[in-house]
Order: sequence, then structure tokens, then C-alpha cells
Amino acid sequence: MSVETSLPIPTNVTLSPPRRGEPERPSIDPSEARARIHAAESALLDERRLLTGEELAGLAALPDDHVTSLAALAHQVRLAWCGPGVEVEGILSAKTGGCPEDCHFCSQSSRFDTPVKATPFLDTDEVLQAAEETKASGATEFCIVLAVRGPDERTMQRILELVPMVQERTGLNVAVSAGLLTEDQARRFAGAGVHRYNHNLETARSFFPNVVTTHTWEEREATCRLVLDHGMELCCGALIGMGESDEQRIELLTELQELGPTEVPLNFLNPRPGTPLGGEQPVAAWEAIRWIALFRLGLPGVILRYAGGREVTLRELQSMGMTSGINALIVGNYLTTLGRSADEDLQMLSDLRMPVGALTGVL
Amino acid sequence: MDATSDAGVHCTSCGAISCSGCARALDPPRFCPDCGRRLTVAVTPGGYRAHCRDHGELAHS
Repeated sequence: MSVETSLPIPTNVTLSPPRRGEPERPSIDPSEARARIHAAESALLDERRLLTGEELAGLAALPDDHVTSLAALAHQVRLAWCGPGVEVEGILSAKTGGCPEDCHFCSQSSRFDTPVKATPFLDTDEVLQAAEETKASGATEFCIVLAVRGPDERTMQRILELVPMVQERTGLNVAVSAGLLTEDQARRFAGAGVHRYNHNLETARSFFPNVVTTHTWEEREATCRLVLDHGMELCCGALIGMGESDEQRIELLTELQELGPTEVPLNFLNPRPGTPLGGEQPVAAWEAIRWIALFRLGLPGVILRYAGGREVTLRELQSMGMTSGINALIVGNYLTTLGRSADEDLQMLSDLRMPVGALTGVL
Repeated sequence: MDATSDAGVHCTSCGAISCSGCARALDPPRFCPDCGRRLTVAVTPGGYRAHCRDHGELAHS
């Protein structure tokens, strides 16, 4: 029987070939691939230990036809370590643009000519209304985000005023993301009831200077440690697709293992006009599934959250990510871009029989 | 009006007059279609509001 291999592809279909920088992964003996996956399964489900960087690198090198096996294992690991629940969160850019930092992926940096106009801190009523919108979507977490290097005293006062107001009005857990912190600021946020503080490492220590020059990876790590030292839950995310290598993604995974965040939001680069990374291509969907699975295998007990860029990167594979290790998501819109509707995501979770509720990491 | 509206003279994504359409599906409008001025945009979990200094509130969802 002959098979027609030259069917015309509709012009409105975006092909998903390997992207620039995506490594070639030569075929390997199927028995060797199965052995690596089986060893990971034993370590994570029987021994209940973390995988080493070397073990993760061995999994990352598996060819594309083993991604479904990685995803299936990641889903089992997620269920075994975290259970079936999914945490839903809404985020709000309470102060947009005008940031003095030069994070090359960010449209809110004042150093780049982007379409995003700087706007001051939203009014209290606007923040409360956004929290109400989040509550209505079924979320349990609301994160107030500010585009700043770190909070000045006026900003501190506004946040410290807002956190209990949002809690009281909505009953939501309130998270904050306001950049680099001093010890005193971390103490005050913890005292005000900030449930979780977001501060992303974004990428491996070795790659960080390629994408940020106005502060260091070590400064970010120091803020993360202050958050933990003061008893807040640490939300520390990654951004995939900035040109980092597979080895650097594994490096980041081992750095996160060492740090021990409660939550890891997994962002995929959505190239923003005017930024230095504006000309990059999004990560290919299948590659994104691979790395969702690898993040779960590397961080079995964290709340692994779908975050920015997932619509652009995964397109129709949203539900596959949910069965590849994800157990949390941001619903609705992001900081400067729009997301798909909360209803679509909640329907997806219902279809997947994944209950929605607040989670706590176990790493 | 939505993010991809081309009802005005200027592209709502880049502000150019001669733009043949660079709007992305998940981006709110960033430039006023009437004057090309950069908009003040507030994106919230459930929608967005876009405001032009000269033409007032232009878009929301």
C-alpha cells in the first residue's frame, strides 16, 4: 500500500518544526530510552527521591517520540506527589511599565521602545474589582504585580494596605510580586499576611547575564531566600525559550531543587515587539510539552503553574500540558497581554476531572 | 471595539498609518486608532480598558 505524503497543508496552519536553538536529538536504542524512563519512575514513585541533574539530562536527550512517555510519567508523578487538585490564580498588573530594569523579554522595561505605556499604581477600587473578577472565576489565589526594581516606601504602604483589604473582601489568598526586597521589606510583607511572594529566577545562573544586565541572578536568589526566611511561600518561576540550552534548563531545574519554592510558574517566551527578544520564535508546542514534563520530573512536589505564553506556544495542546505535570494555572489575562477565557480553562479542568482548590507544595 | 479593530486610521498595535495589520489575537489595543497616540491600558484578569488622552476611553472588554 502506498501512502500519499505530499498532501497540501492549509495556508492557515502554522507549522511546528524544530526552532532555532532547539537541539538535535538523535535516535537512541528504544530499550535505552525505556531504561531511562523506568529508572526515573523508580526514583520518583518508589524511592521518592529527587532526580539528579545527570538523570534529568538523560531524559531531556530522549527523541521526540518519547515525549508522550515522559508526559505520562510526569502526570503519574504529579498525582503521587501532589494529588489531583488544580490551583487557579488571577494576576493583576497594579503598576504597569516604566521599570528601570532591562529584562530583555519584558515589554514593561523603560529601556525599550515598546507599545506599553507606563501607568501609575491603580486605584484601590480598581484592585479590589480585579480581585472580585478573580474570585468569580473560581480562583483561590490573587497576585498583585508591580513593574518595579523593588518597592519604594510609598509602594510598600500601598501594598501593605491592599493585602488585608483584598483578603477581607474576597477571601482569596493574596500573593505579591514587587521585585527585589530588603530584609525589612520581606519581614513587613510576611507580617501583613502576604501568602506567597513571587520572584522568578527566570533562567539558569549561567544564562542570566544574556538577558538581564541591570541586576544579577544572585540578587534574585537573595530575595527568594529572604521570602523563605520570613515564612512566606516562595513562588519562583522560569521563562523558557530565550535562547538558553537544554543544559541550562537542567541547570535551572537543579537550582530550583536547591532553593525549594512552593510554586514554579512556567512561562514560555511570547516575543514582545520592541524588546531585544521580540524577534525570537515561540517555543514549539511539542518542545513545550517535553519541558513541562521535565519540570514536573525535576520538581515533583511543587505547584507547577501554567503561566504566560501558553496560548501562543501550546495552541490546542493546553489539556495535554495538564496531563504532563501541570497542576495550577493562571486564568484570564496576564500582565500586559490577554489570555483565553477563564470559562474555557475551567471547562477543560472539568473535562479532565481535575478538582479546583488551593494547594501547598511538598518539596 | 476589539484588539484587532482597524476602524480608525492608525493601527491599534503599532500606531502606524500604513500598517497592513500587525495586531496579534491576544494583545489589547495599544495605540489610538484616531490619532495614533499611545494608549493607557489597564489589563485585569477579566478584561481590559484602553484610554486615549485626547479621545477618552476607546476600548474595553
